[in-house]
Amino acid sequence: MASPAPLALSRDPFGSKSLALSSNSSMELQGTTLGASRIFGYQLKSETHLRLFAVSRSYQGLPLRASRDHSSMTQQLENARLETVTKAEDACDIFNDLKDRFLSFKKNKYMENIEHFQNLANAQAPMFMVIACADSRVCPSNILGFQPGEAFMIRNVANLVPPFENGPCETNAALEFAVNTLKVENLLVIGHSCCGGIRALMGMEDDGSTSFIKSWVIVGKNARTKARAAASSLDFDQQCKHCEKESVNHSLLNLLTYPWIEEKVAKGELSIHGGYYDFTECTFEKWSLDYSESKKDGNGRFAAKDRMLWC
Amino acid sequence: MYSVTAELCSSSCTSTLISQLVCIKEGVTMAGQSLDLAIQGLKELLREKEELNEVAVAKIEKLVDELQRIRPPFLDPVVINIRNGFNEFKINKFDKNPDLYNKLAEGQNPKYLVFACSDSRVSPTYTLNFQPGDAFMVRNIANMVPQFDQIRYSGTGAAIEYAINALHVPNILVIGHSRCGGIKRLMELPQDDAFDFIDDWVKIGLPAKVKVLDEFPNYDFYEQCKFCELVSVYNSLENLRTYPYVVREEKENRLRLYGGYYDFVKGEFSIWKHERPIIPRPPILPPRPL
Repeated sequence: MASPAPLALSRDPFGSKSLALSSNSSMELQGTTLGASRIFGYQLKSETHLRLFAVSRSYQGLPLRASRDHSSMTQQLENARLETVTKAEDACDIFNDLKDRFLSFKKNKYMENIEHFQNLANAQAPMFMVIACADSRVCPSNILGFQPGEAFMIRNVANLVPPFENGPCETNAALEFAVNTLKVENLLVIGHSCCGGIRALMGMEDDGSTSFIKSWVIVGKNARTKARAAASSLDFDQQCKHCEKESVNHSLLNLLTYPWIEEKVAKGELSIHGGYYDFTECTFEKWSLDYSESKKDGNGRFAAKDRMLWC
Repeated sequence: MYSVTAELCSSSCTSTLISQLVCIKEGVTMAGQSLDLAIQGLKELLREKEELNEVAVAKIEKLVDELQRIRPPFLDPVVINIRNGFNEFKINKFDKNPDLYNKLAEGQNPKYLVFACSDSRVSPTYTLNFQPGDAFMVRNIANMVPQFDQIRYSGTGAAIEYAINALHVPNILVIGHSRCGGIKRLMELPQDDAFDFIDDWVKIGLPAKVKVLDEFPNYDFYEQCKFCELVSVYNSLENLRTYPYVVREEKENRLRLYGGYYDFVKGEFSIWKHERPIIPRPPILPPRPL
């Protein structure tokens, strides 16, 4: 049973009390990022600024209040340190970690290609829409080297695409934007080895118990049926591996249930591809949906073309 | 490959020509890159070798036709792009860090659950240099976290449930960004042209929009969008607290919530630890499990 989230209305920093916008504070607002506890980046030419802000102080007299706030934050952190903490790290460690990460990007990539980043800031025209798993080991920016501007990306548990008839959800909102507004030319669904979501799908008991994971991965149940049939003599791990690939094909067919996607595929304006990343062997398989062959079948069977394996 | 076709152009024996052409085709399907050159060479052959008999001409024409049809997978720049990306990853990262990747093959232990926008310009892997294993990552339009709803938003719920209950991730980071198309759409609503799925999704951010319009009514539309990009992160962070496991882990000090904002116009990144809510909302009822 969840306890209600705390409501701190009386100390609401965006409330009327602290938000008497004078002309001074409105000028501060325009150039600054609101309510940030740290800002990392280069100002003007080179110096790294580390500024501490607190949410409630965004609009009035920044630096002094910020340092006061910092000390109270430090006190909170000291107290937290004394408590038993299994894995949660000190907030300062997190700030430092993220700061180092961003500054490394800023120095080695952003400043080296500033013109490119400035152009991108005005518009994006990615050639791919990628649907990949949220798994920390399989980010397509790492494994396929996507650069900023190249791939519009959805990441969810088990890289699933629900069919049109399931109604609005996270995944199809992104599909609608990518296909109809950004007009991407390629959709790529990437599955991977040892997928926890697929494993949950394969191991699910129909015992009436519910969880978010079950409610979500059930989208892939047809893939599970096919995988069990195809790999019935193999062990559970092998069946899961079958299902990981079968689920990609199933998602590719689900893409065609969206009329605005099928229309573009039929016209040759949009291509649909599947991928499978095996991180135990470091191999990548890629294939494409053969639309005309898939349509001919009539049973909704998936027909592939242009298969490749990179290893 | 090119030298073979050059040799053929000077050869006058038809049967040798045919058998060598068959070898070229087999070689080309493996090599891929010499395809253009081979096709070019064969076409030249057809033009220049007048003594070829009809049978030879027919076979060469058929071969050219077949070679041209296998062109797309090898020369499609889209495929070359990702193939090269994968090769670079394999050579420069995977093969150079066998200990790390062997460990990752056994299981993942990420320090962060990240919510980021699907926008192609803001991949946190790129801007925050996340390596494999660092961050369990959800990407959706406008980096939104909806309130607990097992029917409508099972995708987000599944990710949070898995990250916390299975992976015990200690930090959640929700990152907004500049020039967000999803936030802009939210701020523009209602519109005559309806996007069924996008509009339904971005409405998750309505409390943020209401707050921005209430507090900053005299700012221009683009400034209001910028404020909303930030306030929406707060809204999502607060929505995280409608998930029982988030509340439980925060209470036990095993989980911290952070907000972030990536301004790619200025090249700046902001981060804060999320403590107090800033958007007043009605008391949140405990979720009704199905």
